[in-house]
Amino acid sequence: MDLATLLFWIFAVILVGAALLVVGLRNIVHSALALVMVFAMAAGIYVLLSASFIAIVQILIYVGAVTILILFALMLTRITGQRQTNPANKLWPVAAIICIGVGATIIYAVSSSQMAVKNVVSTSEVAKQLPDNVVRIGQLLYSPIHYSYVLPFEIASLVLLVAIVGAIVIGRED
Amino acid sequence: MQLTLNHFLVLGAVLFCIGLYGAIVKRNAIAVLMGIEIMLNAVNITMVGFSYFNTVKTFSERLTGQIFAIFIITVAAAEAAVALAMIIAIYRKRATVDVGEIDMMKW
Repeated sequence: MDLATLLFWIFAVILVGAALLVVGLRNIVHSALALVMVFAMAAGIYVLLSASFIAIVQILIYVGAVTILILFALMLTRITGQRQTNPANKLWPVAAIICIGVGATIIYAVSSSQMAVKNVVSTSEVAKQLPDNVVRIGQLLYSPIHYSYVLPFEIASLVLLVAIVGAIVIGRED
Repeated sequence: MQLTLNHFLVLGAVLFCIGLYGAIVKRNAIAVLMGIEIMLNAVNITMVGFSYFNTVKTFSERLTGQIFAIFIITVAAAEAAVALAMIIAIYRKRATVDVGEIDMMKW
């Protein structure tokens, strides 16, 4: 077992455990703090996959912004007089059956697919082929001359603008 | 033992199921949103895993999974902002965030 595999198992176990804590904890503020751990460990997984830009963006946006947003929403919608602020509804056996079914289907499909990747890519080989992740992603996103994603990028900025204006319009007091 | 694509796909599937369970079961609307964020992260892990283990396509197409992940992160951030604004607006009007009691559009 090499270092990458060991790190993968550490990250994966903490990731799944923190996700179970997000779902299972009774106090929703504790759930939000476990969500920080989920996002940070997902960033670690991205580093393992040599996607350094995605890892940094994950830390910046999810850990930095989305969690703070969720904590602000929790502060503004304070439920008083309740010990259990993160209750589950009566449908949890149905939900458990649905989730186990979906997960079993995905795992079965992954393991029995004709397209399954059987070969192993060694880490050093991929690192040789991916010289600079950030530069390559920048070229793919912005470069107008060859095959790139300029139009989806602009549409994404429009989506963000609409989301900002919509959040202000919906959320303001009147 | 080396890492294979299946490790990351199974991790993504497990995480997706946990998020789906949280999104279905929770009564607090913010907890539902947390479940959705976990599901989006699971999909991101799957995408980045595909882009890492892709040995078929040319080099510039190999990062397509990561570009997808960037767009998913963008849309997830926008979605979180709008959803939390809606939750706060509903809380101001109805003084509840229980998704079972928010039934204004039910007749």
